Amino acid sequence: MSTSTKFDHPTNANRFNQDQARTHWHDSALWFIREKRDRMSKSLPEWETLRSCASQIKAHTVSKLADYLEEFEKNARARGAIVHWAKDAEEHNQIVLDILKKHEAERIVKSKSMLTEECHLNPFLEKNGIEVVDTDLGERIVQLRQEGPSHIVMPAIHLKKEDVSETFHQHLNTEAGNNDPCYLTESARQHLRDKFMQADVGITGVNFALADTGGIVVCTNEGNADLGVSLPNVHIACMGIEKLIPSADHLSIFLRLLARSATGQPITTYSSHFHGPREGGELHIILVDNGRSNLMNSDDYRNALKCIRCGACMNTCPVYRRSGGHSYAATVPGPIGSILNPLRDAKHHKSLPFACTLCGSCTDVCPVQINLHEQLLTLRTEVKNQKQLPVSKTMPMRIASWVFQRPKLYAWLGGIGKFFLRNLPRFMIYNGMNPWGKNREMPEAPSESFRQQYAKRAKKNQSK
Amino acid sequence: MSSKDHILKSVRNQLVPSVDLPSMQQEWIQYADPVAHFGDVLAAVGGTAVVVEGLDGLAESLAELPVYVDAKKTVSCIDGLMGNIDLDRIDDPHALEDVDFALLPGEFAVAENAAVWVTDAAIRHRVVLFIPQHVGLVLHCPGGQVDDVIVNNLAEAYQKLSWQANQFGCFVSGPSKTADIEQSLVIGAHGARSLHVFFVL
Repeated sequence: MSTSTKFDHPTNANRFNQDQARTHWHDSALWFIREKRDRMSKSLPEWETLRSCASQIKAHTVSKLADYLEEFEKNARARGAIVHWAKDAEEHNQIVLDILKKHEAERIVKSKSMLTEECHLNPFLEKNGIEVVDTDLGERIVQLRQEGPSHIVMPAIHLKKEDVSETFHQHLNTEAGNNDPCYLTESARQHLRDKFMQADVGITGVNFALADTGGIVVCTNEGNADLGVSLPNVHIACMGIEKLIPSADHLSIFLRLLARSATGQPITTYSSHFHGPREGGELHIILVDNGRSNLMNSDDYRNALKCIRCGACMNTCPVYRRSGGHSYAATVPGPIGSILNPLRDAKHHKSLPFACTLCGSCTDVCPVQINLHEQLLTLRTEVKNQKQLPVSKTMPMRIASWVFQRPKLYAWLGGIGKFFLRNLPRFMIYNGMNPWGKNREMPEAPSESFRQQYAKRAKKNQSK
Repeated sequence: MSSKDHILKSVRNQLVPSVDLPSMQQEWIQYADPVAHFGDVLAAVGGTAVVVEGLDGLAESLAELPVYVDAKKTVSCIDGLMGNIDLDRIDDPHALEDVDFALLPGEFAVAENAAVWVTDAAIRHRVVLFIPQHVGLVLHCPGGQVDDVIVNNLAEAYQKLSWQANQFGCFVSGPSKTADIEQSLVIGAHGARSLHVFFVL
């Protein structure tokens, strides 16, 4: 399965759905995590309080973001960190390269960071002759396969152990056909230990940055971020400006929500708090905008900046689970990705707001109370207003609207529709002209319409 | 204009309604027996917790751990228990690559999520928390009661923390793990393959 290159979600989803067994497996793997999340959320009576606190803290931070960014920079510098600012992906990548060049670094280990994915840092560094090794196991698997991650928390959730076994056999010389996850993980451990030992610089993302202390927090289960930055002397931490929170005390809210929402764990194995570089080392923190400030002005979409990238919305989304992360053709897939990507690049990602059933499940599970499904609905109007919708979607809507405004015509067409459904041969109903009939049965035509039943009942009541 | 000014300007030029911070004083969860809850949660995430009597009890407990008994290279940052590698003599953290067992001090524990707060104040090279094959965390209970070193929840935990002296601190909850291959939980991804927590009375 190669990474989808087309931006059209339905086309990509269709490709994913060709392997029905795999689609079902993907669906149930993610639902299993959603259920774990439910159990964890119920283990705390204050769950809803945590959600509303988290949401308020984030809203507050965004309303004073410039002040907090300045406060953070001041405090981080006071602790000896070097703070950089990048307005876009290009500038971010150049800053990283400049630091690496200054230290004559050739080998880099990197822990998970959706921001560096968003900025396409890896290909940029590789083009400049630098070896970048992703150290999160899932990330390493997709990196060896030259794919992008298909999920922000579980990058290789779309792969079966047989796929991983094959990939490792090819790249790490593991036994062919040994599909044991323990064996495969152990092989990756040995392979990556060498990389950790040889690395000149470690790069991490940032889960939370603290304005009042100038510290940053990185959460992993594997300990890869920590190994990556505690052996070499230089640590580069890359963060979007929305990762900031006012105070270290607020971490209690977010750390209680993050892992429970993401994987159904009480907390990640390692939640590391970095305050300044270690003795003799350097800590670089890069603050990146890359379109984030544009979201702030809009009452409709500002909430999307609250996202803490837990992935809960993906795990619960019936569309994501059945279409796979790659079908979104974006760094961040799923419900939150369907908001962030079109706002950044409407032309390429116009199909994403429509990859949604508006079931609202994402909104229900979101730990920071982002109104995801409402934003997706608003976005659809925007796509339509920008005249980005294909005729296949606008035409039927226009016809339906015209018909709905003419009740008699609607009643008459309803009768014809029922007659057709009952009497036409299958091939006349299930064909390319009827997208609703793809992969599903049309409803059975009732013997009487609602109008007929209503009229009958009114007559009966009258005669009583 | 520098990128900093550019970003600050574009962030400042927005009409964002002001929102107050919520109160952090809420009724956060309390446990009837925090130590028991800590042990249950730690077991669920792949670690073990025991209460032992003094240094002798700790030594006895360690003697029952095969991963400690079989360890060839050990580090100990616990007074009264020696490892065979002296951290003070190591300048390059890479030299700790093949440590089998590290016994390190934890500052306090959190019942809610089985996390132990560890800082680099006493361990010099912070990598010694992540690179050994196995890790033991020791929590000294000065008053002879486990309750002294355990809090109910993370909200209480952050009340205890200050950010003056510590450059690096980490909540550790269980051994290193991954479920990246078909959701199969595998213990021992990059960091420690096992984590033992000792409450020393």
